[in-house]
Amino acid sequence: MSESVKNLKEYKNNLAYDVKNLSLWYGKDQALKDISFEIEKYQVTAIIGPSGCGKSTFIKSLNRMIENIPIVRTEGEILYKNKDIFDKSVKVEELRTKVGMVFQKPNPFPKSIYENVVYGPKIHGIKDKALLMEIAESSLKGAALWDEVKDRLDDNAYGLSGGQQQRLCIARAMAVQPEIILMDEPTSALDPIATYKIEELIDQLKKNYTIVIVTHSMQQAARISDKTAFLLMGELIEFDKTEKVFSNPRDKRTEDYVTGRFG
Amino acid sequence: MNYESQFIKDNKGESKYEFMSNYKIEIDEKRISRRIKLSNASRYIFSLSLIFALLVLVILLYRIGVDSIGWLNINFLTGRLSIFPEKAGIFSVIIGSVYLTLIVIPVTLVLGVSTAIYLEEYASSGKIKRVINTNISNLASVPSVIFGLLGLTVFSRMLNLGSSILAGGLTLSLLVLPIIVVSSQEAIKAVPGFLKEASLAMGATKWTTIRKVILPVAIPGILTGSILSISRAIGETAPLVVLGIPTLILTTPDTIFDDFTALPIQIYYWTLDTVLTPEYANLAAATIVVLLLVLFIMNSTAIIIRNKFQKKF
Repeated sequence: MSESVKNLKEYKNNLAYDVKNLSLWYGKDQALKDISFEIEKYQVTAIIGPSGCGKSTFIKSLNRMIENIPIVRTEGEILYKNKDIFDKSVKVEELRTKVGMVFQKPNPFPKSIYENVVYGPKIHGIKDKALLMEIAESSLKGAALWDEVKDRLDDNAYGLSGGQQQRLCIARAMAVQPEIILMDEPTSALDPIATYKIEELIDQLKKNYTIVIVTHSMQQAARISDKTAFLLMGELIEFDKTEKVFSNPRDKRTEDYVTGRFG
Repeated sequence: MNYESQFIKDNKGESKYEFMSNYKIEIDEKRISRRIKLSNASRYIFSLSLIFALLVLVILLYRIGVDSIGWLNINFLTGRLSIFPEKAGIFSVIIGSVYLTLIVIPVTLVLGVSTAIYLEEYASSGKIKRVINTNISNLASVPSVIFGLLGLTVFSRMLNLGSSILAGGLTLSLLVLPIIVVSSQEAIKAVPGFLKEASLAMGATKWTTIRKVILPVAIPGILTGSILSISRAIGETAPLVVLGIPTLILTTPDTIFDDFTALPIQIYYWTLDTVLTPEYANLAAATIVVLLLVLFIMNSTAIIIRNKFQKKF
């Protein structure tokens, strides 16, 4: 095996996702047009673009949540572990166990803080009470929420502030031991301080997780991401290292967007 | 006059929005105080309708209460039916109603909630689902006599259940099923989609999501609808009359295949015969009091159960 082939193979193993020619339609409206790019492991990949550009659609196809809308049709491939996630042999439950998701609006269950965190482990078959408690503690610590809630784990999650609820949702996602965490504008409903805490958390999380984050805020993308993809009207305009996208973009449209000339 | 707002061009040629300014809102004190008076009066007008409803109810309860005095005693509750008013007791009638309830509750809850889950969570939305939904809503408003005829044909004749408790219970279940389906559907629909998403995104199956997230949130709503409709079934007379439930039954039913009579039926027959035996009116009144008490107890129990679920969540 030649050196370059070996390098290529190593590189491919370093990929969390390999998106190939992905197109997606809502009925007759095309939302994603022939998107191809690679998402590396243990990095934060930000997806930016104006409203309606398809960034939420894109991130929701990474764990096939998009299929909850019945009229959706896709073409192309998203390779995860060298397998197309749209392949019939892939069980969507397995995929979503390995790919966690945090949503735009904090969406804890109307249960106690503890029950929220252990929901995932419980449905995946863990019954041991002591183990569940350990999972809850380590997940909440991982989401930098433990110190704030350790004395009231049995209180309803709706008593928490918006930022705490969102960190609870991150803890809940982490408790399932995913490899990838998808975040769909996780701070858009939060105030600046809560946003700062989540951003700090994301920075720590990338040691252990691959993170894909959709964001409205270009400053946020610049602050936290390693690579940035810019989508416009369902097309991938630019995908590169974040510094490059923000300081020296290749495409005029990217430059216009990141400098705030439209969007 | 021109009431349109419009875009006008300024000197640079860019269009600018100009708000219409050819009217003025003025404070007219007389008009405002008149409207406040009307607003205050509306409160009394609306409370009148409540007073009217309560008044009718109180009169009814008072007359029944007066009629039942002296007749509603231990012998009446534990005794057997008899054609002699002084000797008559309604023990077997109460047992008949209890048996009916024990059939109606599980049958309607299981079938009704399952149907609602299927329609809301599994059935793909389309023409067929719309037709089915419309038909279920229509069924909810079909007169109960029609359900009696259906029960007579299917359960009594075709399945040969005669006028047994089972035939009566299944007929009453049919009667309230549409209402339970519709109210359960509404309760399931009201569960926020983001909770479902949260569960599915963690790799939960649809069924796990229904069991652990959707149903717990929907159950208080489901129970509210079910309580009301099951109470209706227990007080229903017409379908049972059509089934040919006997007027006078001397034995207490042991199994669900025995003949029986129920509280509303007994009230109905006693009321019919008041011309010949005036005391039957008192018996009917006493039975009404018992029926109301049974319904009251049932509703309270259901409300307690519902509140328990609500607290847990």
